[in-house]
Amino acid sequence: MAFPGRGSSPQGTGRSRAANRHLGRRKVRDAIFYGLFLGSIVLGIGALAVLLIDILTDGLPWLTFDFITTYPSRHADESGIKAALYGSLWVVGLTGIISVPLGVATAIYLEEFAAKNWRTTVIQVNISNLAGVPSIIYGILGLAVFVQLLGLGRVVIAGALTMTLLVLPIVIVATQEAIKAVPDSYRNAGFAIGATRWQVVKTIVLPLAIPGIMSGLILALSRAIGESAPMIMISALVFLTFIPQTPGDRFTVMPIQIFNWVAQPQEDFRGIAAAGIIVLLVMLLTMNAGAIYIRNKYQRRRGE
Amino acid sequence: MVAVWTLRIAALVSIATTIAIIVTLLRESAGFFAEVSVWDFLTGKTWTPMFRDKSFGVLPLVMGTILVAAIAGIVALSVGLASAIYLSEYAPDRARRIIKPVLEVLAGIPTVVYGFFALTFVSPILQDIFPDMIVFSALSAGLVMGIMIMPMVSTLSEDAMVAVPRSLRDAAYALGATRFEVATKVVVPAALGGIIASFVLALSRAIGETMIVTVAAGATPNLTFNPLEAIQAMTAYIVQVSLGETPQGTIEFKTIFAVGLLLFMITLAMNAFGRWVVYKFSEKYE
Repeated sequence: MAFPGRGSSPQGTGRSRAANRHLGRRKVRDAIFYGLFLGSIVLGIGALAVLLIDILTDGLPWLTFDFITTYPSRHADESGIKAALYGSLWVVGLTGIISVPLGVATAIYLEEFAAKNWRTTVIQVNISNLAGVPSIIYGILGLAVFVQLLGLGRVVIAGALTMTLLVLPIVIVATQEAIKAVPDSYRNAGFAIGATRWQVVKTIVLPLAIPGIMSGLILALSRAIGESAPMIMISALVFLTFIPQTPGDRFTVMPIQIFNWVAQPQEDFRGIAAAGIIVLLVMLLTMNAGAIYIRNKYQRRRGE
Repeated sequence: MVAVWTLRIAALVSIATTIAIIVTLLRESAGFFAEVSVWDFLTGKTWTPMFRDKSFGVLPLVMGTILVAAIAGIVALSVGLASAIYLSEYAPDRARRIIKPVLEVLAGIPTVVYGFFALTFVSPILQDIFPDMIVFSALSAGLVMGIMIMPMVSTLSEDAMVAVPRSLRDAAYALGATRFEVATKVVVPAALGGIIASFVLALSRAIGETMIVTVAAGATPNLTFNPLEAIQAMTAYIVQVSLGETPQGTIEFKTIFAVGLLLFMITLAMNAFGRWVVYKFSEKYE
């Protein structure tokens, strides 16, 4: 017989029936676990939906134009997020300005200039280690170094410098990826017509990498805008009724303000906390949409 | 060349950051450990630095952190791994294209928002189920933290599963295996390194997370295994002190550096282990 394992011969009927029953059980198990796996993903997405609905129902009634243009108050219905909103814009703006040159320079060095030796490996491993350090440790660092040691005080620039160190690994890694994505043939074309490595980087690699750097930067800044713990350590302030005018002014940011409102015992403050969260999430969503837009535009151009 | 030197200095900023973190934590903790022995700190069962009768045993804070992280780990590992199996082995392309960005959104939500959700939504539900519970609990914080780190487990695990060669699956299907059997007996074992790593990295993230435990788990150092009780996590303690009136330079204030040093070492060890697992398992199919 050509296929000794086939159960269609008369002698094999008993065994085949057992095998069929067994197969039935296996198929049932397959179906049950399919349901479980699908259920898990539905649970995850459901959690997100419940979270958003909870925040919208709590916060929308409190979300007025006045909420964005007034300062916090002891009374929930007179409270606004103005000081924190401007504080966040200050910190995130400065963080972007400082972290781009630092992060991009580091990435260019690692990808284009550094020799492949142990020193470069140490820097690379160190960067991935920094990405895993809890954000509150950066808060401790910023408090000890920028606020106390350098004597900057609890001001905007101390917050921005701390946040820069926190998001720097994200900017570096994103830039490295963008630089890696530039094909070597482009570089070789530059070298072939006599360009130096520096000229190749400046005129060929960087312009092609800019969209990748931009979307990485936006993701880094959206991390920065939502960070609470290190900013609490630096600012410690939750009740501020002025907008910072210079990097040397005291400040608060939206996550600190939200945290403060959440911690209030009165029910009404829950509402304005949720309203503050909506403002924060809208800003995050806008930034992420920007990153996706840049990514898509860039992919289309590459495809042409 | 001058320009390359500028770049090299920029690259050294990240090295300087690490050195600054270590020096800061060690220097400030040294003052603390001059007064409290390392042994008493690590093995003491009472944490009352702010009381007149001071005691500096960090175990209640460590236990609080572990309790919350363990609950989060159970949620994240089960839901995250099952989601990863669904995405990698079952999901049609269209479902994947919708689900993956949703998971990214979940991963990008600020932690203070999760804290709000834990306190105002999850805790009241838990209080309905367990009437004796007060509003702050390790369980509420742990469950919500599980939702927070779940995308990390599912994304990293799925990456590891997708990297398993097609031929291994085809071989199992050719033997008549069901999809469930292929997933659990072929793909998951082959991707185990990545799955373990995703789990370790997610747990390390949970241990270092601050706002959920600060908002929802309470501020009572409590050496307990009961998830229904209020606890205080290490990170929440650091926030509490830095928000309080504690004068800098006192032993009370220095506690945050000792606790911070311990937290830094725990997360560093876990991250290093996670990356080592990835490295160890990664070259198998190349």
